[in-house]
Amino acid sequence: MKLDNTLPMEYRSEENSNRILGFWLFLGAEIVLFSTLFAVYLTLWTRTGSGPDAKEIFEIGPVLIETFLLLTSSFTCGLAVHSMRLGLKKPSMVFFGITLLLGLGFLGVEIMEFVTYVNEGATLQTSAFLSSLFVLLGTHGLHVLMGLLWGGGLMLQIRREGYTLETSNKSFIFSLYWHFLDVVWIFIFSFVYLKGLM
Amino acid sequence: MKWDEFFVTGEPMIYGAMASIVLASLAIVVGLTYFKKWGYLWREWLTTVDHKKIGIMYIIAALLMLFRGGMDGLLMRAQLAIPENGLLDAQHYNEIFTTHGLIMILFMAMPFVIGLMNVVIPLQIGARDVAFPRLNAVSFWLFFAGAMLLNISFVIGGSPDAGWTAYFPLASIELSPTVGNNYYSIALQIAGIGTLLTSVNFLVTILKMRAPGMKLMRMPMFTWSVLITNVIILFAFPVLTVSLALMMFDRMFGAQFFTMANGGMDMLWANLFWVWGHPEVYIVILPAFGIYSEIISTFSRKNLYGYKSMVYSMVIISLLSFLVWAHHFYTMGHGVTVNGFFSISTMAIAVPTGVKIFNWLFTLRKGKIEFTTPMLYSLAFIPIFTIGGVTGVMLAMASADYQYHNTMFLVAHFHYVLIPGTVFAVLAGFYYWFPKLFGFRLNDKQGKRAFWLIAVSFNVTFLPLFFLGLKGMTRRTFTYSAETGFGPLNMLASIGAVGLALGFVYLVYNIYWSFRYAPRDTTGDPWDARTLEWSTPSPVPEYNFALIPKVDGLDPFWNSKKTGQPLTEGEYEEIHMPNNSGQPFILGMIFMAFGFCMVFSWWVPSIVFGIGIVIMLAVRSFERDHGRHISVKEIKETEQRLRGEQS
Amino acid sequence: MLLVVFSALLVLLTGCNSLAVLNPKGPAAKTQSEVIIFSMIVMAIILLVVYVLYIFIITKYRASKAAPDYEPPHEEGNWLLEMVWIVIPIIIVTVLSVVTVRSTSAVENVAAGYENEKPLVIYAASSDWKWHFSYPEEGIETVNYVNIPTHRPIEFRLYSYGAISSLWIPQLGGQKYAMSDMVNTLHLLAEQPGSYVGKNANFSGKGFSQMEFEALAMSPTEYAEWVKEVKDTASDLTEEEFNSLLEMNFAGRKTYKSTHLEFNPPPEGENAGHDHGGSSDSDSSTEMDHSEMDMDHSNMDHSEENATNGN
Repeated sequence: MKLDNTLPMEYRSEENSNRILGFWLFLGAEIVLFSTLFAVYLTLWTRTGSGPDAKEIFEIGPVLIETFLLLTSSFTCGLAVHSMRLGLKKPSMVFFGITLLLGLGFLGVEIMEFVTYVNEGATLQTSAFLSSLFVLLGTHGLHVLMGLLWGGGLMLQIRREGYTLETSNKSFIFSLYWHFLDVVWIFIFSFVYLKGLM
Repeated sequence: MKWDEFFVTGEPMIYGAMASIVLASLAIVVGLTYFKKWGYLWREWLTTVDHKKIGIMYIIAALLMLFRGGMDGLLMRAQLAIPENGLLDAQHYNEIFTTHGLIMILFMAMPFVIGLMNVVIPLQIGARDVAFPRLNAVSFWLFFAGAMLLNISFVIGGSPDAGWTAYFPLASIELSPTVGNNYYSIALQIAGIGTLLTSVNFLVTILKMRAPGMKLMRMPMFTWSVLITNVIILFAFPVLTVSLALMMFDRMFGAQFFTMANGGMDMLWANLFWVWGHPEVYIVILPAFGIYSEIISTFSRKNLYGYKSMVYSMVIISLLSFLVWAHHFYTMGHGVTVNGFFSISTMAIAVPTGVKIFNWLFTLRKGKIEFTTPMLYSLAFIPIFTIGGVTGVMLAMASADYQYHNTMFLVAHFHYVLIPGTVFAVLAGFYYWFPKLFGFRLNDKQGKRAFWLIAVSFNVTFLPLFFLGLKGMTRRTFTYSAETGFGPLNMLASIGAVGLALGFVYLVYNIYWSFRYAPRDTTGDPWDARTLEWSTPSPVPEYNFALIPKVDGLDPFWNSKKTGQPLTEGEYEEIHMPNNSGQPFILGMIFMAFGFCMVFSWWVPSIVFGIGIVIMLAVRSFERDHGRHISVKEIKETEQRLRGEQS
Repeated sequence: MLLVVFSALLVLLTGCNSLAVLNPKGPAAKTQSEVIIFSMIVMAIILLVVYVLYIFIITKYRASKAAPDYEPPHEEGNWLLEMVWIVIPIIIVTVLSVVTVRSTSAVENVAAGYENEKPLVIYAASSDWKWHFSYPEEGIETVNYVNIPTHRPIEFRLYSYGAISSLWIPQLGGQKYAMSDMVNTLHLLAEQPGSYVGKNANFSGKGFSQMEFEALAMSPTEYAEWVKEVKDTASDLTEEEFNSLLEMNFAGRKTYKSTHLEFNPPPEGENAGHDHGGSSDSDSSTEMDHSEMDMDHSNMDHSEENATNGN
């Protein structure tokens, strides 16, 4: 195997750099996916039928908590990768752990938010607006859930093997994914919540 | 769900289909057991990660689907042959034309193109494999799972019946209460994920794994077309993913995206569908352009004329393909401005396409044209496809489209684009690259006979439809009265369809005969061709290139043959290859079971299989498989054996 | 070329008059038929150029005719030639674009020469699988047939009680969709009296093939007589009767002396399937207001919304 030692470990083998490019391309597809969901939401968000509209159901409190949790988790995820590059396994693990806990917190708040909506009579079936809201938020939430499972599995592998060519590559790709979810959330925050509350 | 709703009943044709499915499955099981081939099947095919074998499986599946979709087409033509025909009832006819469209586009054209992509691309760029061989197998098995789900719908639960476009509210649970359109949303979703993964895989392969010296502008035209196609897939398929998901939520979870009440918007489906759907057309047509470029250049014994403008025109087509979707529904009540914009962007596509036609003609000019079977398909493509192209421009004119829309004129147009465009191309590619995979050529004489039967019958079938459209015959109509005067032309088209069917049957005979009797090709280069794939021995060994070639221009193999400069230098070294794995196959089967349970809204088993999918992903993540190495000795023996040299 | 012979044969076989689309009886269909014939001529010229080149090249440069030692030359391309087949098609497309925009604008509006006449408004609603024609002016309603006066612009307002359908009377003009959450406008006009085939062109389920209706164009006096006759002889369309009509799969011809528009209003104006209770409700209902002069305003609104949001 040809290795170029001037590169960070996650890029070092040909397979590794292929995987990173592949994941970037996959994120390109994910961007289109979320753009489409946003387009659907922005087309339908005033079509509330007989159900409540955005202003009636959105509450800024939980949304700010979600935003804080996810933004912080993105920061700690960055720290984890930074520590990994410095060869510090333990701090890196700790930061990944914090990232996942924050992600878990985000998911918890989001589920509570959903429960509140449903209790107020705003369900997926109520109107086109709510269908598009739940599917957009739900798709993002599902991505976070997948990230949690993925990150959890990854931490087990790092604990067992340390940072090898493979685990460092996977960790880096995981961090790309996690930052991407954060970016999507910023768009959700602006184009769904702020727009809806204004 | 009651059992009598579970199986489709009451139609002799359905019982026939059931019986034939059971008999065919039994025959396969008995055959495999009798010849003790289970192990062979598992080791060599079901678990393979070799891009060539995956390509072959794609092509076999596509040929099977060609016959399934062809049967649908024949039934449609049989029903329409005479006025007031009672062969099929409306429901049955609706299911048949829906599955005809879905199968031909998504489960025949796409996999055939992807199959050729799999076989050829790594060889053309001088690579030993694709970037992610395991992912490639996953793509195939997801496609396979989706295709099987859609096919089983014919006998279990009922097929989708709202057209391949599945416009809402017709496809909603209120107006289409059978599980047919659940199959639509789930089966296409599973296959679509596979296609998206293929796109990522081939983009990385082409961008990162080309032989040293093969700059982008030295890539063979087929590789270029595949690169651009995969970019389109990457940006178009997520839109399909979302559309199908919304459809699933509407139909199965009571969401209100496209419903008639509570703010739902049926136009939204049409827009989303065609934002994916129009690029999809170019996904199947651009690789065809690539295939024709290779074949026309090879059999004219000339380099491709206007290489650069060929590349740029494909890039422009791919960009425009995302800007024309609304021409599929000019009649939805847009104003003049919107329709005008989409008319112009649509007609603009004719310019780069015309550039390609003229470049092919000028490649032929001053050439030394040899009329082999693949070349015949390529040559027939030019005049026939041009008819499809110019009628496309006619359809693009919004005011006139109000009269063509939803008529047989449109049906004729897109068959004139897709059959000479895609079907002739994949057949040409199949004849052209076949010897590379199997080490012998398909019999040329029989191939030509099949070609003439297919090409002539094609025109007899579809040319009358232009006139039927102008007479006012709408598409998707399952019957018509004698007074309409549609009878004679329909009969003519139906006769053509029989000829077309015979042509394809003869093509299969051609394959069968050649497997038994065709002489072995030991040169590896039976066509005296130009690109790197022909520098390998046939059939290609699993590692493709014993030594990675060095490239210093276009048509490197041709140059090497002319100048005598060898393509490779150095000594054999150990080659690293990935191991086979059963995981992709198992994952595909779990997806199929998951999809099937979802279709019938059986939630508990769906969740169980859903967890199964997550477990399979975890298993892969925790696996540490570093592949294996092929020894120098083995490489030497293989190369000598395949090149027919005595050691 | 065989193809050309074959198509010529087909034309002879069918005869031009039986091609409904090319046998127009009104200004919209006439415009469309002219556009179609013009584009066919242009396309025939393009095909001719390609075919002549093609036949010349594949007969002249076949290997069986070439000297055994003939080596085809290496050609990169030719800048000038390539410009020729880029620029000429661009000119053709430009011409066709102008024709398209002009003719589209023509058929989307009241026919030239009839702008000052008050159009006859007919609401055409589809339900599975019937057509309901309501004449608000006359206060009558028909099912599965429509009578119209000649030489008077007809403004069809289309909507649907189910799947998307498309109202098409080929000899009078092109089609347009009828959809459940909005009203589309189709301008047609008959210049000759006669019975024309009308149909739903857009697949809408099992009964789609039977969704044909007769469009009977008659002189204004005959039309007035017919209206009077309906008024005298037909019965009222009650809400009950209308709902039972909606339930039926097929209804045959029916005639009533009142319309369903009062108790079951079409999805336009405040009844549009748009923003119910949304914050922008008031804005959109003014936008959706159908003034006589600006009929496809609301429709354009819909589509532009899609065009920009559809990604």
